[in-house]
Amino acid sequence: MGLIQQIVFLLVLAIAGYMLYRRISRIRQNILLGKEGKHNDQPSVRSKNMLLVAFGQKKMFKKFIPAFLHLCIYVGFIVINLEVLEFVLAGIFGTHRIFAPTLGSFYTIPINIFEFLAVTVILSCVFFLLRRNVLPIKRFNARELTAWPKLDANIILVVEIILMFAILTMNATDQILQDRPDANYPDTGYLFFSGLFIPLFEGMSTRSLIFVERFAWWFHIIGILGFAIYITYSKHLHIFMAFPQTYYARIAPKGKMDNMPAVTKEVQIMLGAQPENGDDTEAEEVGRFGAKDVNDLDWRDIMGAYACTECGRCTAECPANQTGKKLSPRKIMMDTRDRSEEVGKSLQKGGKGLEDGKSLLDDYIQREEINACTSCNACVEACPININPLAIILQLRRYVAMEEAQSPPAWNAMFSNVENNFAPWKFAPTDRFNWADELADETGGTQKESQE
Amino acid sequence: MADMSAQGQEPEVLFWVGCAGSYDDRYKRVTKAFVKILHKVGVQFAVLGPEETCTGDPARRAGNEFLFQMQAASNIEVLNGYNVKKIVTACPHCFNTIKNEYPELGGNYEVIHHSTFLQQLINEGRIKLQGGGAFNGKKITYHDSCFLGRANNIYEAPREVLEALDADLVEMKRCRTKGFCCGAGGAQMFKDAEAGKKEVNTERTEEALSTGAQTIAVACPFCMTMMSDGVKNKNKEKEVAVKDIAEIIAENEKL
Ligand code: SF4
Ligand code: SF4
Repeated sequence: MGLIQQIVFLLVLAIAGYMLYRRISRIRQNILLGKEGKHNDQPSVRSKNMLLVAFGQKKMFKKFIPAFLHLCIYVGFIVINLEVLEFVLAGIFGTHRIFAPTLGSFYTIPINIFEFLAVTVILSCVFFLLRRNVLPIKRFNARELTAWPKLDANIILVVEIILMFAILTMNATDQILQDRPDANYPDTGYLFFSGLFIPLFEGMSTRSLIFVERFAWWFHIIGILGFAIYITYSKHLHIFMAFPQTYYARIAPKGKMDNMPAVTKEVQIMLGAQPENGDDTEAEEVGRFGAKDVNDLDWRDIMGAYACTECGRCTAECPANQTGKKLSPRKIMMDTRDRSEEVGKSLQKGGKGLEDGKSLLDDYIQREEINACTSCNACVEACPININPLAIILQLRRYVAMEEAQSPPAWNAMFSNVENNFAPWKFAPTDRFNWADELADETGGTQKESQE
Repeated sequence: MADMSAQGQEPEVLFWVGCAGSYDDRYKRVTKAFVKILHKVGVQFAVLGPEETCTGDPARRAGNEFLFQMQAASNIEVLNGYNVKKIVTACPHCFNTIKNEYPELGGNYEVIHHSTFLQQLINEGRIKLQGGGAFNGKKITYHDSCFLGRANNIYEAPREVLEALDADLVEMKRCRTKGFCCGAGGAQMFKDAEAGKKEVNTERTEEALSTGAQTIAVACPFCMTMMSDGVKNKNKEKEVAVKDIAEIIAENEKL
């Protein structure tokens, strides 16, 4: 490889690196718009979750076929990145197939494995494209999957296929060039899958072959770098975010809702009790009760939004969604991410950020959506990477109930029953024990006394 | 409880009746069935009676954290005042709240749902189910309560209780982790549903009826109401009964 190619490569690498760095810091800042929460207790449980759920794909295997194909792409992605390492080193040092001479005949084995994986990736992507665009699968045709999310999914699949074909093309022409004395290409041994493509190129001149080989090489590496930047805008970010997501995800029983310590303090004061740690009374920023916008959410929930794959497994299980209500937990996550991106973009430009007159509630997520949630946890159970849309729904409800007192009227009535009658229904508290009298009547005994 | 503690007695367990179990005419029958079982088995228990109040579950899930914490604080004060250690309840919502949400607010108890409690009594041989009872060979389907199942991973206890009856337990397509909500959780019980194609309980009832079961077993007052309404809407209340597992046991034992 010539010096010019080397310089161009370094330049490309530097530009891509810088763009990636900017994007990553932006996303980090967007996530940190959220409230600071501590989620690193029990590191062993958390690591285990990460290992099983993100690395081991445990929750994917509820449905075998998509899980298997997803695994092919996943393994292909990880392993083929080893080859990208060779690409980068070769690019930097201006050599070709930097590992071939040192590994000798062993080099053939990993490259053949890479090729096999490339083929499985292609087949899986083709299957996923068909499934997404041809088969009538409900979760791929929902209201929230508008132009961009649909296109995004297809772009990723098509790009992956093209990148894999670039590898195979490169290896095919490379193998022909190895036999051309005027090319001086290092020997790789016989490569099975790209070998199938040799007939396509055999008749070409050495010059043209080198051009095709080099073109495929550049195409692949620029493709990979471009893809890396692209995914920071895409739902495909889950390939990285799945790891922190599963690590920081909630580990308490699903039924437990997050406590609000600020409320505990106020309740203690109202009940005349001395609040615990009474010394830190100096105005600790309480902020809003509940969430109106992304900065009221826990950072972990914004991170979840960046980790969301928009697969819609949550929505497919949601009882409200299945019976035709507007609520879709996937949309909750997509809205959260879109709003964070909007705020982040504005801040980057020195704009108004959160103060742009919009908010997550109302401008993105409608009250009709959050009110329909039964807190059944089906979405949480279904998510392959333990995202919790319910946590966001609850925070929005809290804002509506406590800051605005705008809950649906029937709920407000229930609240006042609980407050005045100590039950969600309007019954006299003194009637609470009537069942015991009835039981005594039925059995003719004096059971009430023995229970009280 | 007040009387017992006045006499210096400590019951084996406190039975937390819950609002539905205290006021809802249908669920009061479950409360009574459960009490009959406890009496029969000789479990020494107490109830708070008029001192019991709503756990705050619907308030919390509807977003009113203040109200929830007020309720929690006063309940915890009462429970701690009586030095309660072990609580059994027939309501998964009460169960979930007291078990998972009260500890952070100073209420630490061993909390058991009545399905687990009944299963333990069966396993310990304290309840001996006579075979050939009313449910022998009858088709029963069990509807998972979200607050027992996904919320707390209790899937098997209610099923084991039903299996002990020698009944023919049939599963709905959506069961266990994939169970379909009755539509009442998250304080939906207390308001009309948002506009949609269908009510959640209709969808679930249709699924339950399609199993051909004569009995739909539930373990939650909300599920009980929603499934009973669903069955009534389908005009099937003559053929299909919705029953709590405590009622099923009481009936089998002719209590
Ligand atoms: S918890 Fe709410 S959003 Fe999630 S599946 Fe249940 S009803 Fe849908
Ligand atoms: S929250 Fe989870 S299940 Fe729902 S769309 Fe996102 S990744 Fe899929």
